[in-house]
Amino acid sequence: MIDTGWLWFVIVALGAGSFALRFVFIGLIGDRDLPPWILRHLRYTAVAVLPGLVAPMVAFPAATNGDPDPARLIAAAVTISVGLIWKNAIGAIVSGAGALYLMLYLLG
Amino acid sequence: MTTETTKSIFLKGVKDAAPFFLVVGPFALLFGVVAAQAGLDVIEALAFSVAVIAGAAQLTALQLMVDQAPTLIVLASALAVNLRMAMYSASLTPYLGKAPLLHRALAAYFIVDQSYACSVLAYELNPHWSLRQRLVYFWGTVAPICPFWFVFTVVGAQLGGSIPDWLALDFAVPITFLAIIAPMLRTRAHVAAALVSIVVALAFAWLPYNLGLLVAGMCGMITGAEMERRLVQRGVWPG
Repeated sequence: MIDTGWLWFVIVALGAGSFALRFVFIGLIGDRDLPPWILRHLRYTAVAVLPGLVAPMVAFPAATNGDPDPARLIAAAVTISVGLIWKNAIGAIVSGAGALYLMLYLLG
Repeated sequence: MTTETTKSIFLKGVKDAAPFFLVVGPFALLFGVVAAQAGLDVIEALAFSVAVIAGAAQLTALQLMVDQAPTLIVLASALAVNLRMAMYSASLTPYLGKAPLLHRALAAYFIVDQSYACSVLAYELNPHWSLRQRLVYFWGTVAPICPFWFVFTVVGAQLGGSIPDWLALDFAVPITFLAIIAPMLRTRAHVAAALVSIVVALAFAWLPYNLGLLVAGMCGMITGAEMERRLVQRGVWPG
């Protein structure tokens, strides 16, 4: 259970931090240029953080107490493949969910 | 000069961003449902979405709080997921940097994946737009996205408790993230960053407080940036 005071602290702090990230350049830097090496690292934040966040959820799902689950692994593989081939997030979600339900039904 | 009116530019923004509603609606719904299952009430879930307006960061923070991770880890991990907003802010600055401070602050709050992606593309294609026209377009892209982020968070939070177990909603979060990541893997540098992130995250999954994620994120960023630098040096970038 998440403590209410803690929750509100995180909401406010995360809101302030997220605004600061959005405001930092457009608001404070104005028209000045940034060093290329900073921009180069910033370009890869999303693809560097999100896969690391998801990998343990896929490999050790909480729903099976951390044991690898064939249905969930197959669903993840289908989602990635569809997303890579058709570059379409909605198609990937629908196919991944379809694969998950089919596999959960077939593999019990 | 073309005969574009303020209204037509605003509507162009709305039209360009509207298809992304199909991603944003369900994602907000998912956040609301996950929030309700973590014990948040509707007001708390909505406050979360209004304060942060970034699904991936919100889900990351919520997941870590459910795991009772320390506050510093919760904030650092969620803000790391949101670092890309700083990149969006940097890349919009040449186009909007001369607007009045209050206007820039308001626009900054509404920088999300979709408003950024549409705006930057439109600014590149329409270099003759005035500052005012650029701002009008930006607000056009915000209109079909951000209000629905809030509305669908509330709908999800109200549905929350009534979602049955067999729907395996635990796996909706990874599937949604994977579906968002896959189309981002446009170059070898992006693929390398993602692969390093996965390997490091799994290798360091034993670290307490999800510190493995921060290590994985840093290794992935350095890998992507370094690979890009080398590909540029060899004259094979982008590719």
